[in-house]
Amino acid sequence: MSNREKIIGVSHLVKKFGNFTANNDLNFEVFKGEIFGFLGANGAGKTTAIKILCGLSSPTSGTVMVAGWDVGKYPDRVKERIGYMSQRFSLYNDLTVKENFRFYGGIYGLSASAIKERTSYFLKKLEMEQTRDMVLSKIPLGWKQKLAFSVAIMHDPQVVFLDEPTGGVDPITRRQFWELIYETAHQGTTVFVTTHYMDEAEYCERVSIMAEGRIVALGTPAQLKENYNAQTMNEVFVKIAR
Amino acid sequence: MTRPAFIRFNHIKKQYGTVEALKDVSIDVIQGELFGFIGPDGAGKTTLFRILTSLVLPDAGSAFIGSLDVVKDYKKIRKSTGYMPGRFSLYSDLTVEENLQFYARIFKTSVKENYDLISDIYRQIEPFKKRRAGDLSGGMKQKLALSCALIHNPEVLVLDEPTTGVDAVSRMEFWELLKKMQKKGITILVSTPYMDEASLCDRVALMEHGELLAVDTPACIEKSFTGNLLAVKSNQMYGLLSDLPAGRQVLEQFPDATQVFRFGEFIHITFQSENTAGIIEDLTNYLKSKGHQEIQISPIKPVIEDCFLALMDQPAKR
Repeated sequence: MSNREKIIGVSHLVKKFGNFTANNDLNFEVFKGEIFGFLGANGAGKTTAIKILCGLSSPTSGTVMVAGWDVGKYPDRVKERIGYMSQRFSLYNDLTVKENFRFYGGIYGLSASAIKERTSYFLKKLEMEQTRDMVLSKIPLGWKQKLAFSVAIMHDPQVVFLDEPTGGVDPITRRQFWELIYETAHQGTTVFVTTHYMDEAEYCERVSIMAEGRIVALGTPAQLKENYNAQTMNEVFVKIAR
Repeated sequence: MTRPAFIRFNHIKKQYGTVEALKDVSIDVIQGELFGFIGPDGAGKTTLFRILTSLVLPDAGSAFIGSLDVVKDYKKIRKSTGYMPGRFSLYSDLTVEENLQFYARIFKTSVKENYDLISDIYRQIEPFKKRRAGDLSGGMKQKLALSCALIHNPEVLVLDEPTTGVDAVSRMEFWELLKKMQKKGITILVSTPYMDEASLCDRVALMEHGELLAVDTPACIEKSFTGNLLAVKSNQMYGLLSDLPAGRQVLEQFPDATQVFRFGEFIHITFQSENTAGIIEDLTNYLKSKGHQEIQISPIKPVIEDCFLALMDQPAKR
């Protein structure tokens, strides 16, 4: 693992809001092409950490390197090199599929020809070419999730952050979504993902679990299950977070 | 299930524009039951709950709670039901205490009168009673919403996805609270997209695209699963995913395999054949020929998610 290229490096990250310490000395690394599961109970400090990693919030102290840049000092450099997909798809419901690609492609600074090429590439891959000129609101939820993911990686980021990407989708689409994640990681993009589905934690290469602002467990699902003498990741999570 | 129905949905239909949210849905719920509606977004769970709580009118069909018609007797229906919508809908700028008092007063009762009913839940947020509801954490908001839904001592509690986006531990604690409410005689209807929560209900309705896929106890649904289920694992999951691609009737080498889906660290394969030992041998040989090692294949019992996957529409319709 250590000879793999490091994409995220977090060292002694502390984030305070007044007297409240949301992130209390976080230390971890994530590598190129890795699927990294970022788990924790509600209120454990996950969202705070993700915001910092994405350059939306700055650390109180500590160093956070993402895609080769110090997020605290160069948040804009980081933003250009990452993709982000939020819980409830970040696409515009009143734009067509093509327009959504064009809008985000423009924000990421892609050329018109690159946007065209990437749009065609993803629509073909998802077998959704017939949706190109459809308004997003007319498209089923499962398809939207896959589109939102494609839009988040259309500028070929070094790392993509997925915040509960599969909430509310049906069990087949959920699995198809994870196949997309696998494929993306296999092509070298690092995937940083949060989820409340514990079976999805098993799909990650490594998993960290946060509680009360700290990372209390970090390892492969197999290691964590062994360390906590548990059959499933759900049991591990319950033992840690309860 | 010889006890009489308490809540009845009879041939309910509801359409929004061209979308058929509910296509002829009929369900009976028995008094005191903890009844789950399990399905993804767009299944029709919310629409069904809104019809029951008199917030939406059905296009066709009828629904009753006891002898009360949800359309004609809507005022009485509102008194006898407590509803917790999917989206947080209390007053963010009122404090915890003020929200609770407000809901008590709307129903012409007082917090004091029904405190016993909510004490288990409310005690957990009482230390923050002076805090504005908008400043609460997700878990605390959920507990406050449940307290407000219960404060008028309803006969029926209707909870729309109370555990969505909630972590595994808080979800477990929430279900424990529901069991306690059930013991007080309240009939509970709860919807969830988490298939594993089905086992916590007395009976469940599996729903998709406005239709019922199955209505029964979780055990009976699992028992009605057709075929033999195997869990497969090897030393290389990525290879396994391409050698055993997910879907229905996807394995050329194994025409008997009706569905293949990943479940955590395993792949579940359903075979419509009784010769389990033969299949395991064939499958092991196939995976060995693809270069897999440490192959583990064992027969397992289906869980609700296996059943749901088997009952779902073909992916083409999605």
